[in-house]
Amino acid sequence: MTPGTSTLDRRLFRLQRLSAMALAVCLVVHLVTMILAVQGGLTAAEILDRTRDNSVWLSFYLAFVLMVTLHVPIGLRNILREFTGWSASRVNLVGLLAGFVLLALGLRAAWAVFLA
Amino acid sequence: MTQAIAAEASVVKVRVWRGQEQGEYQSYEVPRQPSQTVLDIVTYIQREIDPSLSYRFACRVGVCGSCAMVVNGQARWTCRTHVDKVAQDGQLEIAPLRNLPVVKDLVTDMAPFFDKWAKAKGQFQGSATRHDEFARVEPESKQRQAVDLAIECIGCGVCYSSCDVVSWRPDYLGPAALNRAWTLMNDVRDTGKEDRLEAVGNDAGCLACHTHTSCTELCPKQLSPTASIAGLKRMAR
Repeated sequence: MTPGTSTLDRRLFRLQRLSAMALAVCLVVHLVTMILAVQGGLTAAEILDRTRDNSVWLSFYLAFVLMVTLHVPIGLRNILREFTGWSASRVNLVGLLAGFVLLALGLRAAWAVFLA
Repeated sequence: MTQAIAAEASVVKVRVWRGQEQGEYQSYEVPRQPSQTVLDIVTYIQREIDPSLSYRFACRVGVCGSCAMVVNGQARWTCRTHVDKVAQDGQLEIAPLRNLPVVKDLVTDMAPFFDKWAKAKGQFQGSATRHDEFARVEPESKQRQAVDLAIECIGCGVCYSSCDVVSWRPDYLGPAALNRAWTLMNDVRDTGKEDRLEAVGNDAGCLACHTHTSCTELCPKQLSPTASIAGLKRMAR
Protein backbone atom coordinates (compact mmCIF):
# COMPACT_ATOMS: atom_id res chain seq x y z
CA MET A 1 0.00 0.00 0.00
CA THR A 2 1.59 3.25 -1.08
CA PRO A 3 0.89 6.40 0.91
CA GLY A 4 -0.69 7.99 -2.16
CA THR A 5 -3.36 5.30 -2.34
CA SER A 6 -4.34 5.79 1.29
CA THR A 7 -4.69 9.53 0.76
CA LEU A 8 -6.91 9.02 -2.29
CA ASP A 9 -9.01 6.43 -0.42
CA ARG A 10 -9.50 8.83 2.48
CA ARG A 11 -10.39 11.75 0.22
CA LEU A 12 -12.98 9.69 -1.62
CA PHE A 13 -14.39 8.38 1.66
CA ARG A 14 -14.81 11.93 2.93
CA LEU A 15 -16.24 13.16 -0.36
CA GLN A 16 -18.79 10.36 -0.47
CA ARG A 17 -20.10 11.18 2.98
CA LEU A 18 -20.21 14.93 2.42
CA SER A 19 -21.99 14.47 -0.91
CA ALA A 20 -24.45 12.11 0.82
CA MET A 21 -25.32 14.88 3.28
CA ALA A 22 -25.92 17.33 0.45
CA LEU A 23 -27.92 14.73 -1.48
CA ALA A 24 -30.17 14.12 1.51
CA VAL A 25 -31.15 17.82 1.42
CA CYS A 26 -31.46 17.90 -2.39
CA LEU A 27 -33.67 14.81 -2.44
CA VAL A 28 -36.01 16.13 0.24
CA VAL A 29 -36.38 19.47 -1.56
CA HIS A 30 -36.92 17.71 -4.90
CA LEU A 31 -39.49 15.22 -3.60
CA VAL A 32 -41.41 17.66 -1.40
CA THR A 33 -41.61 20.22 -4.21
CA MET A 34 -42.79 17.59 -6.68
CA ILE A 35 -45.44 16.22 -4.35
CA LEU A 36 -46.66 19.70 -3.40
CA ALA A 37 -46.67 20.84 -7.03
CA VAL A 38 -48.94 18.06 -8.25
CA GLN A 39 -51.34 18.44 -5.29
CA GLY A 40 -52.94 21.46 -6.90
CA GLY A 41 -53.36 19.59 -10.19
CA LEU A 42 -50.47 21.21 -12.06
CA THR A 43 -49.60 19.57 -15.36
CA ALA A 44 -46.04 18.89 -16.54
CA ALA A 45 -46.35 21.77 -19.00
CA GLU A 46 -47.40 24.16 -16.25
CA ILE A 47 -44.51 23.04 -14.07
CA LEU A 48 -42.05 23.57 -16.93
CA ASP A 49 -43.54 27.05 -17.40
CA ARG A 50 -42.39 27.86 -13.88
CA THR A 51 -38.94 26.32 -14.14
CA ARG A 52 -38.17 27.91 -17.50
CA ASP A 53 -35.60 30.71 -17.22
CA ASN A 54 -35.61 30.23 -13.46
CA SER A 55 -31.98 30.44 -12.41
CA VAL A 56 -32.76 29.37 -8.81
CA TRP A 57 -34.05 25.99 -9.96
CA LEU A 58 -31.25 25.70 -12.48
CA SER A 59 -28.67 26.27 -9.72
CA PHE A 60 -30.44 23.82 -7.44
CA TYR A 61 -30.48 21.06 -10.06
CA LEU A 62 -26.90 21.76 -11.13
CA ALA A 63 -25.83 21.29 -7.51
CA PHE A 64 -27.96 18.13 -7.32
CA VAL A 65 -26.32 16.74 -10.46
CA LEU A 66 -22.86 17.59 -9.21
CA MET A 67 -23.46 15.79 -5.92
CA VAL A 68 -24.77 12.69 -7.75
CA THR A 69 -21.72 12.81 -9.99
CA LEU A 70 -19.48 12.76 -6.92
CA HIS A 71 -21.44 10.29 -4.85
CA VAL A 72 -22.45 7.51 -7.22
CA PRO A 73 -19.09 6.69 -8.87
CA ILE A 74 -17.37 6.36 -5.47
CA GLY A 75 -20.02 3.92 -4.28
CA LEU A 76 -20.00 2.08 -7.59
CA ARG A 77 -16.24 1.74 -7.29
CA ASN A 78 -16.57 0.15 -3.83
CA ILE A 79 -19.34 -2.20 -4.94
CA LEU A 80 -17.37 -3.33 -7.98
CA ARG A 81 -14.27 -3.86 -5.86
CA GLU A 82 -16.15 -6.10 -3.46
CA PHE A 83 -18.27 -8.07 -5.88
CA THR A 84 -15.94 -8.50 -8.84
CA GLY A 85 -12.51 -8.46 -7.23
CA TRP A 86 -11.31 -6.04 -9.93
CA SER A 87 -8.13 -4.08 -9.29
CA ALA A 88 -8.13 -0.56 -7.84
CA SER A 89 -7.11 1.02 -11.16
CA ARG A 90 -9.87 -0.81 -13.03
CA VAL A 91 -12.65 0.22 -10.63
CA ASN A 92 -11.28 3.77 -10.61
CA LEU A 93 -11.57 3.87 -14.38
CA VAL A 94 -15.12 2.49 -14.40
CA GLY A 95 -16.06 4.97 -11.65
CA LEU A 96 -14.63 7.83 -13.64
CA LEU A 97 -16.51 6.81 -16.79
CA ALA A 98 -19.75 6.41 -14.82
CA GLY A 99 -19.15 9.89 -13.41
CA PHE A 100 -18.86 11.41 -16.89
CA VAL A 101 -22.02 9.67 -18.09
CA LEU A 102 -23.99 10.83 -15.03
CA LEU A 103 -22.66 14.36 -15.39
CA ALA A 104 -23.62 14.53 -19.08
CA LEU A 105 -27.12 13.11 -18.52
CA GLY A 106 -27.68 15.26 -15.43
CA LEU A 107 -26.53 18.51 -17.06
CA ARG A 108 -28.70 17.76 -20.08
CA ALA A 109 -31.75 17.26 -17.83
CA ALA A 110 -31.10 20.40 -15.75
CA TRP A 111 -30.53 22.45 -18.88
CA ALA A 112 -33.69 21.06 -20.50
CA VAL A 113 -35.83 22.13 -17.52
CA PHE A 114 -34.27 25.60 -17.70
CA LEU A 115 -34.81 26.01 -21.44
CA ALA A 116 -38.02 23.92 -21.69
CA MET B 1 -40.57 -39.41 27.66
CA THR B 2 -40.91 -42.70 25.83
CA GLN B 3 -37.95 -45.03 25.59
CA ALA B 4 -37.63 -44.46 21.85
CA ILE B 5 -37.29 -40.69 22.23
CA ALA B 6 -34.88 -41.10 25.15
CA ALA B 7 -32.69 -43.41 23.08
CA GLU B 8 -32.74 -40.98 20.16
CA ALA B 9 -31.87 -38.05 22.39
CA SER B 10 -28.93 -39.93 23.88
CA VAL B 11 -27.04 -39.60 20.62
CA VAL B 12 -25.89 -36.46 18.80
CA LYS B 13 -25.71 -36.74 15.03
CA VAL B 14 -22.66 -34.80 13.94
CA ARG B 15 -21.51 -33.84 10.47
CA VAL B 16 -17.83 -32.90 10.45
CA TRP B 17 -15.85 -31.33 7.61
CA ARG B 18 -13.08 -33.67 6.42
CA GLY B 19 -10.40 -32.69 3.93
CA GLN B 20 -8.92 -29.37 2.98
CA GLU B 21 -10.46 -26.69 0.73
CA GLN B 22 -11.89 -29.62 -1.19
CA GLY B 23 -13.52 -32.19 1.03
CA GLU B 24 -16.84 -33.37 2.38
CA TYR B 25 -18.86 -33.72 5.54
CA GLN B 26 -18.71 -37.06 7.30
CA SER B 27 -21.39 -38.18 9.72
CA TYR B 28 -20.78 -39.52 13.18
CA GLU B 29 -22.98 -40.45 16.12
CA VAL B 30 -21.71 -39.39 19.52
CA PRO B 31 -23.23 -40.40 22.88
CA ARG B 32 -24.95 -37.51 24.63
CA GLN B 33 -23.53 -36.44 28.00
CA PRO B 34 -24.75 -33.82 30.47
CA SER B 35 -23.09 -30.40 30.06
CA GLN B 36 -21.33 -31.65 26.94
CA THR B 37 -19.51 -29.04 24.87
CA VAL B 38 -18.95 -29.08 21.12
CA LEU B 39 -15.24 -29.55 21.84
CA ASP B 40 -16.14 -32.67 23.87
CA ILE B 41 -17.96 -33.97 20.79
CA VAL B 42 -14.97 -33.41 18.50
CA THR B 43 -12.61 -34.94 21.07
CA TYR B 44 -14.87 -38.01 21.39
CA ILE B 45 -14.88 -38.51 17.63
CA GLN B 46 -11.09 -38.27 17.47
CA ARG B 47 -10.45 -40.55 20.46
CA GLU B 48 -13.17 -43.13 20.02
CA ILE B 49 -14.27 -43.20 16.39
CA ASP B 50 -11.74 -41.75 13.97
CA PRO B 51 -8.20 -40.90 15.18
CA SER B 52 -7.38 -39.29 11.82
CA LEU B 53 -9.60 -36.28 12.60
CA SER B 54 -7.53 -33.09 13.02
CA TYR B 55 -8.61 -30.20 15.21
CA ARG B 56 -6.96 -27.60 17.40
CA PHE B 57 -7.45 -26.81 21.07
CA ALA B 58 -5.39 -26.02 24.13
CA CYS B 59 -6.94 -24.68 27.33
CA ARG B 60 -10.53 -26.07 27.06
CA VAL B 61 -11.83 -23.24 29.26
CA GLY B 62 -12.15 -20.19 27.00
CA VAL B 63 -8.79 -18.60 27.66
CA CYS B 64 -6.66 -19.42 24.63
CA GLY B 65 -9.15 -19.07 21.76
CA SER B 66 -7.59 -21.84 19.69
CA CYS B 67 -10.66 -24.10 19.40
CA ALA B 68 -12.78 -21.73 17.30
CA MET B 69 -14.79 -23.52 14.59
CA VAL B 70 -17.98 -22.95 12.64
CA VAL B 71 -20.80 -24.77 14.44
CA ASN B 72 -24.18 -24.94 12.70
CA GLY B 73 -23.19 -22.01 10.52
CA GLN B 74 -21.73 -19.71 13.19
CA ALA B 75 -18.15 -19.28 14.30
CA ARG B 76 -17.77 -20.04 18.01
CA TRP B 77 -15.37 -21.23 20.66
CA THR B 78 -16.26 -24.91 20.78
CA CYS B 79 -15.03 -25.28 24.38
CA ARG B 80 -17.53 -22.69 25.61
CA THR B 81 -20.45 -23.86 23.51
CA HIS B 82 -22.78 -26.39 25.07
CA VAL B 83 -24.34 -28.86 22.68
CA ASP B 84 -27.74 -28.06 24.24
CA LYS B 85 -27.39 -24.47 23.11
CA VAL B 86 -26.62 -25.07 19.44
CA ALA B 87 -27.86 -28.52 18.39
CA GLN B 88 -30.78 -28.29 15.99
CA ASP B 89 -33.01 -31.40 16.25
CA GLY B 90 -30.11 -33.17 17.94
CA GLN B 91 -27.80 -32.43 15.02
CA LEU B 92 -24.54 -30.53 14.70
CA GLU B 93 -22.52 -29.46 11.70
CA ILE B 94 -18.91 -28.59 12.47
CA ALA B 95 -16.63 -26.89 9.95
CA PRO B 96 -13.31 -25.03 10.05
CA LEU B 97 -13.27 -21.23 10.39
CA ARG B 98 -14.19 -19.39 7.19
CA ASN B 99 -11.98 -16.92 5.32
CA LEU B 100 -8.81 -18.85 6.18
CA PRO B 101 -7.00 -21.65 4.32
CA VAL B 102 -7.87 -25.09 5.65
CA VAL B 103 -4.83 -27.14 6.66
CA LYS B 104 -6.83 -30.29 7.34
CA ASP B 105 -10.33 -31.05 8.63
CA LEU B 106 -11.08 -28.48 11.36
CA VAL B 107 -7.64 -26.89 11.43
CA THR B 108 -7.14 -23.59 9.62
CA ASP B 109 -3.91 -21.82 8.81
CA MET B 110 -4.01 -18.70 11.00
CA ALA B 111 -0.98 -17.12 9.30
CA PRO B 112 -2.95 -14.77 6.97
CA PHE B 113 -4.97 -13.62 10.00
CA PHE B 114 -1.88 -12.64 11.99
CA ASP B 115 -0.04 -11.33 8.92
CA LYS B 116 -2.80 -8.74 8.74
CA TRP B 117 -2.17 -7.73 12.35
CA ALA B 118 1.40 -7.01 11.28
CA LYS B 119 0.16 -5.18 8.17
CA ALA B 120 -2.08 -3.02 10.38
CA LYS B 121 1.08 -2.12 12.36
CA GLY B 122 -0.24 -4.02 15.33
CA GLN B 123 3.15 -3.94 17.06
CA PHE B 124 3.70 -1.51 19.90
CA GLN B 125 6.26 1.17 19.01
CA GLY B 126 7.85 2.73 22.05
CA SER B 127 10.56 5.30 22.63
CA ALA B 128 11.36 4.70 26.29
CA THR B 129 14.25 2.55 27.52
CA ARG B 130 14.61 0.45 30.66
CA HIS B 131 16.31 3.44 32.30
CA ASP B 132 13.23 5.65 31.93
CA GLU B 133 10.49 5.96 34.49
CA PHE B 134 7.40 3.81 34.05
CA ALA B 135 4.85 5.51 31.84
CA ARG B 136 1.70 6.54 33.64
CA VAL B 137 -1.54 5.62 31.90
CA GLU B 138 -4.42 7.19 33.76
CA PRO B 139 -7.19 4.56 34.05
CA GLU B 140 -9.83 7.27 33.88
CA SER B 141 -8.38 9.03 30.85
CA LYS B 142 -10.55 9.23 27.74
CA GLN B 143 -8.06 7.29 25.60
CA ARG B 144 -7.68 4.46 28.11
CA GLN B 145 -11.45 4.24 28.54
CA ALA B 146 -11.91 4.07 24.76
CA VAL B 147 -9.95 0.81 24.58
CA ASP B 148 -11.02 -0.70 27.88
CA LEU B 149 -12.75 -3.63 26.17
CA ALA B 150 -10.72 -3.73 22.96
CA ILE B 151 -7.47 -4.69 24.71
CA GLU B 152 -9.06 -7.96 25.86
CA CYS B 153 -8.93 -9.53 22.37
CA ILE B 154 -7.18 -12.91 22.37
CA GLY B 155 -7.04 -13.33 18.59
CA CYS B 156 -9.30 -16.37 18.21
CA GLY B 157 -10.36 -15.42 14.67
CA VAL B 158 -14.15 -15.74 15.23
CA CYS B 159 -14.72 -12.16 14.01
CA TYR B 160 -12.48 -12.65 10.98
CA SER B 161 -14.34 -15.82 10.05
CA SER B 162 -17.71 -14.05 10.37
CA CYS B 163 -16.87 -10.89 8.44
CA ASP B 164 -18.56 -10.49 5.05
CA VAL B 165 -16.09 -7.85 3.91
CA VAL B 166 -13.17 -10.25 4.50
CA SER B 167 -14.90 -12.81 2.28
CA TRP B 168 -15.48 -10.20 -0.44
CA ARG B 169 -12.10 -8.51 -0.25
CA PRO B 170 -9.21 -10.83 0.57
CA ASP B 171 -6.94 -7.83 1.21
CA TYR B 172 -9.24 -6.35 3.89
CA LEU B 173 -7.40 -6.29 7.22
CA GLY B 174 -10.40 -7.54 9.16
CA PRO B 175 -11.97 -6.72 12.53
CA ALA B 176 -9.30 -8.16 14.85
CA ALA B 177 -6.31 -6.44 13.22
CA LEU B 178 -8.17 -3.12 13.09
CA ASN B 179 -9.26 -3.53 16.71
CA ARG B 180 -5.61 -4.07 17.64
CA ALA B 181 -4.61 -0.96 15.69
CA TRP B 182 -7.30 1.01 17.56
CA THR B 183 -5.88 -0.02 20.95
CA LEU B 184 -2.42 1.22 19.94
CA MET B 185 -3.77 4.44 18.44
CA ASN B 186 -5.05 5.19 21.95
CA ASP B 187 -1.90 4.12 23.76
CA VAL B 188 -0.19 7.25 25.07
CA ARG B 189 3.20 5.49 25.04
CA ASP B 190 3.04 4.46 21.39
CA THR B 191 5.08 6.44 18.87
CA GLY B 192 4.03 4.72 15.63
CA LYS B 193 0.61 6.33 15.24
CA GLU B 194 1.26 8.14 11.97
CA ASP B 195 2.46 5.03 10.13
CA ARG B 196 -0.31 2.98 11.62
CA LEU B 197 -3.02 5.39 10.55
CA GLU B 198 -1.54 5.28 7.06
CA ALA B 199 -1.67 1.47 7.17
CA VAL B 200 -5.28 1.20 8.34
CA GLY B 201 -6.87 4.38 6.93
CA ASN B 202 -7.57 3.11 3.43
CA ASP B 203 -9.88 0.93 1.36
CA ALA B 204 -8.24 -2.28 2.58
CA GLY B 205 -8.52 -1.02 6.16
CA CYS B 206 -11.14 0.69 8.28
CA LEU B 207 -12.80 2.52 5.37
CA ALA B 208 -14.00 -0.80 3.89
CA CYS B 209 -16.06 -1.77 6.95
CA HIS B 210 -19.82 -1.86 6.22
CA THR B 211 -20.80 -1.88 9.89
CA HIS B 212 -22.62 -5.20 9.47
CA THR B 213 -21.58 -5.84 13.10
CA SER B 214 -21.21 -9.62 12.67
CA CYS B 215 -17.87 -9.35 14.48
CA THR B 216 -19.47 -7.61 17.42
CA GLU B 217 -22.46 -9.95 17.43
CA LEU B 218 -20.32 -13.09 17.53
CA CYS B 219 -17.23 -12.03 19.52
CA PRO B 220 -16.98 -14.61 22.34
CA LYS B 221 -15.54 -11.91 24.61
CA GLN B 222 -18.36 -9.46 23.82
CA LEU B 223 -15.93 -6.92 22.42
CA SER B 224 -16.98 -4.47 19.73
CA PRO B 225 -14.52 -4.38 16.83
CA THR B 226 -17.22 -2.36 15.04
CA ALA B 227 -16.78 0.45 17.57
CA SER B 228 -12.99 0.23 17.24
CA ILE B 229 -13.24 0.49 13.45
CA ALA B 230 -15.64 3.42 13.75
CA GLY B 231 -13.05 5.11 15.97
CA LEU B 232 -10.35 4.54 13.35
CA LYS B 233 -12.66 5.97 10.66
CA ARG B 234 -13.00 9.14 12.71
CA MET B 235 -9.22 9.36 13.02
CA ALA B 236 -8.61 8.67 9.33
CA ARG B 237 -11.27 10.85 7.75
